Amino acid sequence: MEMFIQTLVAGILIGGVYALIGLGMTLIMGVMRIINLAHGQLMMVAMYITLVLYEFLGLDPYYSLLIAPPALFLLGVAIEKYLLDPLLKIDSIIPQNQILMTVGIGMVLTETIRFIFHSDYKSVKTSYSSATFMIGPISWNVPMLMAFALAVLITAGLFFFLLKTDTGKSVRATAQNKDAAMILGINAEWITQLTYGLGAAMAAAGGTLLLPIYYLFPDVGGPFTLKSFIITVLGGMGSTVGAIFGGLVLGVAESLGATYISMALKDAVGMVIFVLVLVFLPGGLKTLTRV
Amino acid sequence: MKKRSTLIGLGLLALFAVFPLVEGSDYYRHIVIIALMWVVIGSSWNLLAGYTGQISFGHAIFFGVGAYSAGICTTKLGISAWWGMLLGGPMAMISGLLLGWICFRLRGSYFNLATLAVAEVFRLVAIYWRDLTEGMQGILIITTFRSKIPYYFLALGLAALCVFSISRIMKSKWGFYFVAIREDQDAAEALGISSFKYKSLSLMVSSFFTGLAGAFYMNYMGFIDPEVVFSLYFISIMAILVAMIGGAGTVWGPPVGAFVMVLLQELFRSSFFGYAPKWVSEAHALAFGLLVILAIRYMANGVVGDFPKIVNLWNRKKPMPSGAGGIEI
Repeated sequence: MEMFIQTLVAGILIGGVYALIGLGMTLIMGVMRIINLAHGQLMMVAMYITLVLYEFLGLDPYYSLLIAPPALFLLGVAIEKYLLDPLLKIDSIIPQNQILMTVGIGMVLTETIRFIFHSDYKSVKTSYSSATFMIGPISWNVPMLMAFALAVLITAGLFFFLLKTDTGKSVRATAQNKDAAMILGINAEWITQLTYGLGAAMAAAGGTLLLPIYYLFPDVGGPFTLKSFIITVLGGMGSTVGAIFGGLVLGVAESLGATYISMALKDAVGMVIFVLVLVFLPGGLKTLTRV
Repeated sequence: MKKRSTLIGLGLLALFAVFPLVEGSDYYRHIVIIALMWVVIGSSWNLLAGYTGQISFGHAIFFGVGAYSAGICTTKLGISAWWGMLLGGPMAMISGLLLGWICFRLRGSYFNLATLAVAEVFRLVAIYWRDLTEGMQGILIITTFRSKIPYYFLALGLAALCVFSISRIMKSKWGFYFVAIREDQDAAEALGISSFKYKSLSLMVSSFFTGLAGAFYMNYMGFIDPEVVFSLYFISIMAILVAMIGGAGTVWGPPVGAFVMVLLQELFRSSFFGYAPKWVSEAHALAFGLLVILAIRYMANGVVGDFPKIVNLWNRKKPMPSGAGGIEI
């Protein structure tokens, strides 16, 4: 029983960070109707930024939260403006060329990083990296707890932005109906760029939060792209609340899988859930609440 | 038009049949064999995506299943891996039906991503089901021939069969149904075309040929592991690129794209045959990624699809808008 609760705790903590990363993809999905297959790779770039800041300036990873996500925001806006947006004007037989473009962007990001930093495993060893404390029989990992708390905080900030500010409302309007939003005077092009930038920034924040716990190498992005994609589908494409639950479900499922089935099959658990959801619940968790 | 296409086909076939007799180097033969294999994969991807409009990010499934069917013939059944050439296609077709059953209930980008996810599941299964697939260790068999010539003609035969069948299919009633589904699925349904049925048919043919290519790869290379044959980037995405660079939705697009892509990859991998500095070969994956971006941005309809545009550029006339190349069926 203790082991079960411990597993659950670990799953929920990591799930909070997953939810943050998945939320970024969900936002992009909601507004642009595409899955951003460069998502994990953008996160990986942010992690390397944090790593460089730590190694050369001795900057604590948590302070990098003020640098890496804004940097990725700018990168995201630039990618949307110069690479993804122009594709809308190209008439191609293959309609989903924006998705394909994100695949290319992801590859270029990974390979550029590999070119600069090589494939070595890197990690940021802070004084608190392996700190834990006990509440009753359950042990709590300090950086995981920090990551979870900060992820919740950032998520709350995002919801405040989406629900209360004018720009946030424009984002939601564009997601609901782009044409109508444009008729009402919303600059949909800018909102789309903003959304992609925001999505990249959320992935960056998630990556930075994970850095004190995770090893870092150029290929770390791919699995996280898949994870956020699973979360997006699990939550119901484009549903932000759904994505939060999706993230938690994925975190807990992976954690349970790692404890009770096999550590190696941890990643397969997510995929199996994904296929099951597609077959039995194509609308994702969102559909359950609307009954 | 019809006659010209046939003539070009026969001419090319004759040209390729003569090539290995003229060119003695095994290295160049190898490159052409690999390119011919990609003609098969690219053309089958094109049937499903370029003609039927169902963009698959998971063709590695069929390639991998084909390759593993051949490999398992030797490791588990103790018979020659050549039986895989018979078994690989049907096995891939079965996995194609499975993929279709899961994914065809989705449309557009949801479909793309579902195929990607199912492909990941297959890759993970291949890694962890060690009793059947030997896991990450991969399968190693002893290849039958030391000479490249038999493989060359086999690959040529496969490529010719594949391109010919697909062009025949596209001239039949099926072909028109496929294009109707690509252009407007709802309209096609309204006209009484069962989109699920015809998408599945398209997928079956597509997966069959890709599976054959996989079985061929096993027999030719003699070694496979899950990361190679189920690779997202170097099989699934490469298949998309081959068709896109050449021109999706055209018969001759994927064959052109296959040769362009394989040659480009080989150029980078060998640092332009040793003429460029060594670091160029390290950047071959980077070049691959850049090529994806450039191709989508500037040649959305590929060499064949955007051919009029390229000719116009050549003549220094006013460039035509992208996509004005028209669609050849």
